[in-house]
Amino acid sequence: MHLILFLLFAGFCLAGAINLLLQSHPINSALSLIVVMVSLAVLYLMLGAEFLAAAQVIVYAGAIMVLFTFVVMLLNAGREDRTRGSRVARVVGYPAVVIILALLATVILQTQGLRGVWVGSHITSTEEVSKVLFTELLLPFEVTSVLVLIAILGAVALATRGAGHTIANGERTAGK
Amino acid sequence: MNPYLHQPIPLEWYLLLSATLFVLGVVGFLIKRNLITVFMSIELMLNAVNLSFVTFAHQWDAVKGQIFVFFVMMVAAAEAAVGLAIIIAVFRARATLAVDRIDLMKL
Repeated sequence: MHLILFLLFAGFCLAGAINLLLQSHPINSALSLIVVMVSLAVLYLMLGAEFLAAAQVIVYAGAIMVLFTFVVMLLNAGREDRTRGSRVARVVGYPAVVIILALLATVILQTQGLRGVWVGSHITSTEEVSKVLFTELLLPFEVTSVLVLIAILGAVALATRGAGHTIANGERTAGK
Repeated sequence: MNPYLHQPIPLEWYLLLSATLFVLGVVGFLIKRNLITVFMSIELMLNAVNLSFVTFAHQWDAVKGQIFVFFVMMVAAAEAAVGLAIIIAVFRARATLAVDRIDLMKL
């Protein structure tokens, strides 16, 4: 049963990620990224991380991807024109990708003593997570809240800066 | 009923899935030519690393591994907000999202 679940959602993950690469329209890429994130949430649940599964759906598949699709629609991003890319990417990038994958796979397959996963064998409850988070790791948690506050201010400052002279944008929509 | 279906799933499979997702993210970063899709590839890489964290948290029964993923999620949310605001600012100045034509740090 868990084998079927794993294969199904790992397959969804990989299919979504590959579809993200193949689609030329950003909105299709965004939707396939949502598929990847929701299937990852199911995989987290199978690994016993129930809080993270919920947070993955709410924060990633919900908040972040809504932001992405919103920006794609706001900027009216059309299909991308495929170019050759830079020479550095061709000469260094693609061989490096193959080497990274080979290295990671070798290390992972040589690792001894990894456990197996039974579904529901060990579930970390939200209570356990929050106990550690709000006692031992309270300071990092508070620092993160400051980081998010700064990010909000930064986003507002960046997005409103130069809102008065949107000539480039105006010309583009007028030309269509 | 096939007895093979009742075997536990080896953790290596999760790690291999995580490595593959990460590499697909890197490939997307290299081949995509739209600023927003490049940014999505970065999110894909972050997600792949999160999966490794959760896998190892399961291996060692460590709650802190899961809390690290929580922090990664918060940082990713902050990064997405600021990054998309930067993309909007760049689009206002250049009226394009093609990364080949956005090659200067100046707006």
